[in-house]
Amino acid sequence: MSKHTISILVNDQPGVMQRVSGLFGRRGFNIESITVGSSEEPGLSRMVIVTSGDDRTMEQVQKQLYKLIDVIKVVDVSANPMVARELGLIKVNAEPSSRPEILGVVETFRAAIVDIGPSTLMVQVVGDTEKIDAMVELLKPYGIRELSRTGVTAMARGNR
Amino acid sequence: MSAHSATLKSKEDLIGKWSKPEVISGSEMLLRSLLLEGVDCVFGYPGGAVLYIYDAMYGFSDFNHLLTRHEQGAIHAADGYARSTGKVGVCIATSGPGATNVVTGIATAYMDSVPLVVITGNVATHLIGTDAFQEADIVGITMPITKHSYLVREASELPRIIHEAFHIANTGRKGPVLIDIPKDVSAQKALFQPVTEVALRGYNPTVLPNRNQVDKMFRAIEEAERPLLLVGGGAVYSGAHEELYEFVAKTEIPLTTTLLGLGAFPSGHELHLGLPGMHGTWTANNAIQNADLLISVGARFDDRVTGKLSGFAPKAKIVHIDIDPAEIGKNVPTDIPIVGDVKAVLQVANAAAKRADKADAWRKQLREWKAAKPFKYIDSDTELKPQWVVSMIHETTNGDAIVTTDVGQHQMWAAQYYPFNKPRSWVTSGGLGTMGFGFPSAIGAKMGNPDRTVVSINGDGGMQMCAQELAICSINNIPVKVAILNNQVLGMVRQWQELIHGNRFSHIDLAGSPDFVKLAEAYGVKAFRATNKEEARAVWEEALRHPGPAVVDFVVRRDENVYPMVTQGSTIDQMIMGDSE
Repeated sequence: MSKHTISILVNDQPGVMQRVSGLFGRRGFNIESITVGSSEEPGLSRMVIVTSGDDRTMEQVQKQLYKLIDVIKVVDVSANPMVARELGLIKVNAEPSSRPEILGVVETFRAAIVDIGPSTLMVQVVGDTEKIDAMVELLKPYGIRELSRTGVTAMARGNR
Repeated sequence: MSAHSATLKSKEDLIGKWSKPEVISGSEMLLRSLLLEGVDCVFGYPGGAVLYIYDAMYGFSDFNHLLTRHEQGAIHAADGYARSTGKVGVCIATSGPGATNVVTGIATAYMDSVPLVVITGNVATHLIGTDAFQEADIVGITMPITKHSYLVREASELPRIIHEAFHIANTGRKGPVLIDIPKDVSAQKALFQPVTEVALRGYNPTVLPNRNQVDKMFRAIEEAERPLLLVGGGAVYSGAHEELYEFVAKTEIPLTTTLLGLGAFPSGHELHLGLPGMHGTWTANNAIQNADLLISVGARFDDRVTGKLSGFAPKAKIVHIDIDPAEIGKNVPTDIPIVGDVKAVLQVANAAAKRADKADAWRKQLREWKAAKPFKYIDSDTELKPQWVVSMIHETTNGDAIVTTDVGQHQMWAAQYYPFNKPRSWVTSGGLGTMGFGFPSAIGAKMGNPDRTVVSINGDGGMQMCAQELAICSINNIPVKVAILNNQVLGMVRQWQELIHGNRFSHIDLAGSPDFVKLAEAYGVKAFRATNKEEARAVWEEALRHPGPAVVDFVVRRDENVYPMVTQGSTIDQMIMGDSE
């Protein structure tokens, strides 16, 4: 079982998300995260799914995806050097007294404060999954009120 | 048979008339587009959401529609039409319950790769998502069991969508495509412009094989001492029976045909070992287990064929020819994958195919096995045996009928005792195993093949799941010949309960079922009953001679089992031979 990041170019059609996620569900493929948005070409969207499985499962994932008429291209971007990023928004308890300390953590991570409430701060952090995990761990002691992550989007490095 | 008025005018005139670009309703576009796809018969059932579609049919004599008595009957009929002709089967149902009634039929077609275009109505666009009267999300419900589906938003999209649907349904790995048309879209007027091109970036099935892979197969054949072909439904669906015959003639490799592959190769041929799998021949199963090269030709290694997967074909190098790349390596690890259409692959292969020269001892051994272990049953002089009835049907139809079956013991006996010599003569639900399929699929087969004898072999259980379609046989005089192997019990369940559940016979007794003769007569269908061989042959021959539809109720032995049998979890050479020993 290893983790794979699959990039899927699909027709921007109603129901395409359901077709793809439904396929994963009924074939017993795991979805760790799923993101979708527009691609470089009008009319096409790009979905990025983080999944895990052995080589045989991954081969089936790709082949079964290609059977969907709305799927144009499937690439295992994790098979080669890639950039994988997600964004996390973390609303953390922050009484004025603890704010300098939190700001220190945020700066070290090159994260940003995007909202300040009377007793909270909203932190925006961008990076790979591990970086966001680490940020969450560091902010836990202050009390995390709410956490929202986008899931991973990814792209192969270089000319690929 | 209902009207084929379309044949009265010249085809060109009609095509010109249908393709004329003009402003018409979505419903008229639908009908014209279907006609332009070559559809000569549609099976359906009207309702609120398809009122405009049925209104467009009113007085439109070019369009041939058969009104069934249940949507399930309509879709199984379309399925039987498609399997027996190779053309796309079409059915129409209304929204909500009409649409959900075709779900079983869609799944049946999907599992067996049958090309269907299923048209459903839906509530008007502005009502979708409001739990409106007779609303069901049929596109969502059928997503896992369709090859593709469409929810039509604008009438102007219909010509493109219908053309794409037919293309998708009947190319690559075939399958059902659903087109869901909201009521306002079927009423909406727009300019009709016929579509003849398909532009689908995400759909390019590989037809021609990679030659290197075919060469690898040749090297494997050259080295093989015990080669075997496993021929499946793909050989029938791609129309490859002639190519297959040539390939076998050239290589002299023995073969076995799966349930859906029956008819792809003449049964009587000395290299044909019969059916493999759960109720297959001793020889076919032992050939698979001893082969050193197994070439799958359009078969998908279904669990009913493989038995215990880890012990399947343990000595064999596997070559897998399939149009669907996802089938390759799905169940059985493959040494030489060949992606392509079976017909195209065999055409390429036949150009250079040579006799498998090292396999003479193997051929001799298989001949001996075949002679020693044919399908066998213990006949009776006092009771009708279902196997005897099937053999008698085979004899009286000269082995030349189209045979449709339901699911269960009678299906296996039909597969065992009605040897086929021609493709598209055998219509059976293999993958989904849908009871209620046998009889309505025969109606579709007869509509598609008016010149052939169509026999439907059923059990007394399955016959009651779609018996209402006797009405359309009677009213439209569709001369289907229905044989009911009536054993007063759900025989296959009884068999499993006897052999696997220690004679705990739970809820299988069908005694007290209707009198099938009276039932058929109530629908205006000629019917007979037979309780012994003499009667059986006499009334069956009379049923065949009768110009209209006929039902014969064969009262057969209740406790007969299908043998050989491989129980679940066993390898396919661990066969219970039972009476067949």
